[in-house]
Amino acid sequence: MGMTLTEKILARKSRKKCVIPGDTVLADVDVLMTHDVCGPGTIGIMKKEFGDDARVWRSDGVVVIPDHYIFTADAKSNRNVDSLRSFAREQDLRYFYDVGNGNGDQWRYNTAAGPLKAQFGCSYAGVCHVVLAEKGHTRPGEILIGTDSHTCTAGAFGQFATGVGNTDAAFVMGTGKILLRVPRTLLFHLEGALPPGVMAKDLILHIIGEIGFDGATYQAMEFCGPGLSCLSMEERMTIANMGVEAGGKNAIFAVDDVTCEYVDRQMREHGVDVNYDVLESDSDAGYAHKFHISLDTIEPTVALHPNPGNRSLARECGDIAIDRAYIGSCTGGKLEDFLAFAHTLGDRQASVETFGVPATVDVVRKLKETPLGNTTVWDRLCDAGVIMTENAGCAACLGGPTDTFGRVNRELTCISTTNRNFPGRMGHADARIHLASPRTVAASAIAGHIADPRDYM
Amino acid sequence: MSEIILGKVYVVKDDIDTDQIIPAEHLSLVPTIASEYRELGSHALCGLPVSEYPQRFVEATQHDSEYVIIIAGRNFGCGSSREHAPIALGAAGARAIVAESYARIFFRNCVATGAVYPMEGEYRLCDHFETGDVVQLNIASGELRAVGSSAAYPLRPLGDVQEIVDSGGLFNYARSRGLISKERLCHDRAI
Repeated sequence: MGMTLTEKILARKSRKKCVIPGDTVLADVDVLMTHDVCGPGTIGIMKKEFGDDARVWRSDGVVVIPDHYIFTADAKSNRNVDSLRSFAREQDLRYFYDVGNGNGDQWRYNTAAGPLKAQFGCSYAGVCHVVLAEKGHTRPGEILIGTDSHTCTAGAFGQFATGVGNTDAAFVMGTGKILLRVPRTLLFHLEGALPPGVMAKDLILHIIGEIGFDGATYQAMEFCGPGLSCLSMEERMTIANMGVEAGGKNAIFAVDDVTCEYVDRQMREHGVDVNYDVLESDSDAGYAHKFHISLDTIEPTVALHPNPGNRSLARECGDIAIDRAYIGSCTGGKLEDFLAFAHTLGDRQASVETFGVPATVDVVRKLKETPLGNTTVWDRLCDAGVIMTENAGCAACLGGPTDTFGRVNRELTCISTTNRNFPGRMGHADARIHLASPRTVAASAIAGHIADPRDYM
Repeated sequence: MSEIILGKVYVVKDDIDTDQIIPAEHLSLVPTIASEYRELGSHALCGLPVSEYPQRFVEATQHDSEYVIIIAGRNFGCGSSREHAPIALGAAGARAIVAESYARIFFRNCVATGAVYPMEGEYRLCDHFETGDVVQLNIASGELRAVGSSAAYPLRPLGDVQEIVDSGGLFNYARSRGLISKERLCHDRAI
């Protein structure tokens, strides 16, 4: 029998002709990504296990991206970024997207200057999963391991990408290898095209609602079919990103011209020179289950508090009032997310408190450059009442220190473009978080209750 | 793995995610720093809503839990990959979890760290026990028994990861199998 894309990558990277689900392999890792929340602990374990003078297995294999708790006065969070900086210097890491200017100088958040104006230096980049793609670190056929569950985002590029804890990451850091059990694969065959007003976020919320938010546990989620042609790379990233919200080990997309154009461009722009292999699933590959999804049938979808599988349709939730709207994160803070949000807003105002946190510095720049009517997207959003920060990062998606921008510090109801809505996720344990697409969040921000964006087109 | 764990259980239901096990505001604590490891323990399971779980896993002002075993429903540990989660449970004094099922990364982190035994019951045990019940958990024979009762509940075998759990975690296992020496991996050895 043939192999799925996931099986092929794991076979190749463990130098085997063939693997089957259930096999355990010791695979070569191409890139290990870590950030400020899990990096210091990972480094601690690496030193404990391999010795104080241990070196990472490849100085251009470890990519360090501070992004979680950056724009905060919290002393331990600041210290953690400092420890990443020391490690990057000690190990001579090629890819460290420091918050400051990358010259080794310490950097501190200036509380008095406020959260809105840019405080970072020229080497800072933003949210790790989006930065990995922007900077040319996501490539077909490779294995990417990250100390963050949303590392699966990179599966959009036809690679095996999954999140691990500090101990596994420390093992990778020292050896360049990881023990993996080959997962079974669920196939999602996409046909047709998403209707106007419907986004990739709606599709993945639909799928999670369908299979349950542990419905893909221990399994790979593979996306293929003619429907891919209507999905940009950013939209594919949104889908792969939330694979873990169905419990998936990894999510992976078939590679097409759109993938290669994106990857080649980002590698060229950022001076990354790596050859990658485009692999594809065999026609006789074995799948645990095949789902056929007609994209034309997908409607604006929400995941209501308290979990990403609690699915409903936006048009059926008009009686759910909201106190706050939030657009940001690796899931919903990319350039296309903000553009869709702005287009749904049109010339209308947000009627509830609305926060906007671009995922990356690059997104901030492009929003300020992109014209909209006789202004820019950035200025239109600000004029509409959206409280926009230039300080790109994870911000309130996962709560964070209490002074985090946009953090839900009270018992309120928030609709958000982010990825999780478990109790306490965005801060307060009794707040209610509903997940939706950027368009649905924009429509809801206008209406003051959950709203269907097709009514605002 | 001849361990027998005797003590009180703390019972939780389905879908306890990592934000409830260790809320994100505590993730600035680094588990490899001894004092911060202790502090992580004091916050274990503090994200559980008070309304549903009035009896807390760790009492305020305490570092240690009086419960040594957590009995959970399905999909325990869903959400983020933060290793702080199993570490916090272990730091508070928990020795084992007996769940109906686990989210993948949390399970993997339990195995890799050796912080707590991640066992699965053959049955859904969170409906059979109440917080404070005293039980005896026999890891080797795969059996959970309420003290003072004849009823025994079988556990599922750990399968492929048994050896890593028996070794006490990933690095001990890797050393015992010759995958790593003190400094570097032995690249030419097969797994």
